[in-house]
Amino acid sequence: MSSYVAIADRDHEIEHHDPQTFIRKYVWSQDHKVIAIQYGITAIFVGLIALGLSLMMRLQLGFPNEFEFINPESYYQFITMHGMIMVIYLLTALFLGGFGNYLIPLMCGARDMVFPYMNMLSYWAYLLSVIILLASFFVPGGATGAGWTLYPPQAILPGTPGVEWGILLMLVSLAVFIVAFTMGGLNYVTTVLQARCRGMTLMRMPLSVWGIFIATILGLLAFPALLVSAIMMLFDMNLGTSFFMPAISSMGVDPGFVGGSPILFQHLFWFFGHPEVYIVALPAFGIVSDLLSVHARKNIFGYRMMVWALIAIGGLSFVVWAHHMYVSGMHPYFGFFFATTTLIIAVPTAIKVYNWVLTLWEGNIHLRVPMLFAIGFIFTFIHGGLTGLFLGNVTIDMPLSDTYFVVAHFHMVMGVSPILVVFGAIYHWFPKITGKMYNETLGKWHFWMTFLGTYAIYLPMHYLGFQGVPRRYFAMGNTDFLPESAQALNAAITISALFVAATQILFFVNMIWSMKSGKKADPNPWDATTLEWLTPDTPPKHGNWGPDLPVVHRWAYDYSVPGYEDDFIPQTVPPEQAPAGRDHGVVD
Amino acid sequence: MSEAVLDTTVEPSGASGVSHDFSRDKQAFGVPWGKAMMWIFLLSDTFIFSCFLVAYMSVRLAATDAWPVPSEVFALSFGGEPIPLILIAIMTFILITSSGTMAMAVNMGYRKEKNKTFWLMFATAMLGVSFVSMQAFEWTKLIQEGVRPWENPFGAAQFGASFFMITGFHGMHVTVGVIYLLVIAFRVKRGYYERRGNNYEIVEITGLYWHFVDLVWVFIFAFFYLW
Repeated sequence: MSSYVAIADRDHEIEHHDPQTFIRKYVWSQDHKVIAIQYGITAIFVGLIALGLSLMMRLQLGFPNEFEFINPESYYQFITMHGMIMVIYLLTALFLGGFGNYLIPLMCGARDMVFPYMNMLSYWAYLLSVIILLASFFVPGGATGAGWTLYPPQAILPGTPGVEWGILLMLVSLAVFIVAFTMGGLNYVTTVLQARCRGMTLMRMPLSVWGIFIATILGLLAFPALLVSAIMMLFDMNLGTSFFMPAISSMGVDPGFVGGSPILFQHLFWFFGHPEVYIVALPAFGIVSDLLSVHARKNIFGYRMMVWALIAIGGLSFVVWAHHMYVSGMHPYFGFFFATTTLIIAVPTAIKVYNWVLTLWEGNIHLRVPMLFAIGFIFTFIHGGLTGLFLGNVTIDMPLSDTYFVVAHFHMVMGVSPILVVFGAIYHWFPKITGKMYNETLGKWHFWMTFLGTYAIYLPMHYLGFQGVPRRYFAMGNTDFLPESAQALNAAITISALFVAATQILFFVNMIWSMKSGKKADPNPWDATTLEWLTPDTPPKHGNWGPDLPVVHRWAYDYSVPGYEDDFIPQTVPPEQAPAGRDHGVVD
Repeated sequence: MSEAVLDTTVEPSGASGVSHDFSRDKQAFGVPWGKAMMWIFLLSDTFIFSCFLVAYMSVRLAATDAWPVPSEVFALSFGGEPIPLILIAIMTFILITSSGTMAMAVNMGYRKEKNKTFWLMFATAMLGVSFVSMQAFEWTKLIQEGVRPWENPFGAAQFGASFFMITGFHGMHVTVGVIYLLVIAFRVKRGYYERRGNNYEIVEITGLYWHFVDLVWVFIFAFFYLW
């Protein structure tokens, strides 16, 4: 026992030299907080590009052929790059690289990630992957237009935009991203497992850390499948192998492939692709639990079940992947299996939703901006989750597959919902990250316009899907089964999308203005219990905790405990000074 | 963890005792950070090789042409009759032997025998080099016989594709392992770890990686050469 306690405590003996030069402090920084901000800014930057791409698509769909700079080729490039950037380069990077980096050491009471140098390399490899990805806009033929799922054979055959260079750069960029993620992810998992402060048992950790932790494990186990499929597709493209390519005629020419299996790619891709949904969702689940608990001044309802639900969802997410492939052709028994596992996921997910709602029940709710976003998330997530039950069933999925119903479903559940949490989390931790308060009024405007605006975008899409409007089409043309009103609805959706995008200016104005001239923030403006609010400096300095690491005596949710003068008891308050709240680290 | 921090004097037993132990404060596993991280990395790497092998099996079952017979393709003849799988048998033997020398190096590291640790690690690296060299020889022979990633004279084109991809990816792991071993071995020799509290934990971490690469080879051997 004592041998490894000595290792965990060794930073008492190591002197912390703060990096002095600007370059070492802000550019080649090994401080997890600086790396988190680098990750965050880069991710939001590419996210804005992807937002712009989605507006291009909406312009074409709402007002077909009005804009000459959008042609069928560029439309497919916009679709592909929008999807890939949003899912991987924005959400994965922002939740794990951004919030994971910032919150894990602070919430666990560590001075930094366990291997800061590797953590720094992780960011620079991520930046490299972003540069490679964005470079594909400027190469001959442009970015790939294969759709974000990159299905072969079309992804690498002539006729798909970007077949010259775009697809190559996309695959290389993904491989570099996976290397970057692995370097970061190993750090996050090891830090959570091995570098917590005294008293911080796993069952005392805030749910934010739990969500990020489980999501990172999913990433470490799911990204290998994407790496392998990327390598095999690169071989098919450049060496003429036939892993994914069957004997096929391409524009009247035999490209020389024989005997490969396109379905194999789909299996590999979705073995990554489905856990990826939860890589994005689980950190959002965790963070939203903390936001709800803090701003409702109540302990999270059913903490232990919340943890086990995260673990159960993480495990189940590896055995549902083929529900993305019902229309690809598979044995009915497999369809039955994957439909069953898919619907079983609804159980732990529903536990989480009930627990969020029950956390609000009779709470002392403060409708501050982060809380608004957290409650907004519950709405959009229930909405997107319920449509998931439709699509999880084979017979209902068949007619709805590849329609706007699917687009509406996944944008609700893994587009809007996580983004609302991202905003909520940024507002919530903004005072700690910058030391300044944001503008509450602007924040509320931002929330209401974004929240209602996204409903205006995605609710009509469900209806379009039921009417049979296919996704990924550049133009509908003269389609008999679509009434005129479908086009009117599409135009309305486009206007809503432009409105929501414009609304985001409020967010950036708020952030930049508040960072410069916002009110100085209290170290713990929300009266929260968790460790990141108890740092000696705000924003926390290099090494986070000053000379002594914190010691934790209770779980993260001692809010409104009877018999204590404040309505919160920080995790560091010893039992002699405050009533012992409920603590799941200990058997009662 | 007997500190008062846990606010408890009663340690649970049975299954809840296991989860209690695992979730205790500071560290879930009683190992240094580097070793925990290596285990997690290897878990992730296991998924990479599993995906490769499952993809290979799937491609092999889906291939439209007949699959070449491994015992004939991978045969060497020394003057007379071809001996099936002889080179692979030698390569496998060498790699397994290298796991033995690696295990001895770890042992010597814990006994703080600096020189023996160095020489055993060096021997492990040299066995690794000979494995990669023989693999290069095998590749050369097959390439001379006309095996390419996109075609081969023996049957299904996916044979060459899977062969070069999977053995290549494994060979890359061995090569990285050899470099890793040599770097650590020479640090051991220079007394780098002696000066840092005489702590040879890193030798075991290197060993974890090396044994993993060996274990993966056993699966590649079974699924590629014996099937």
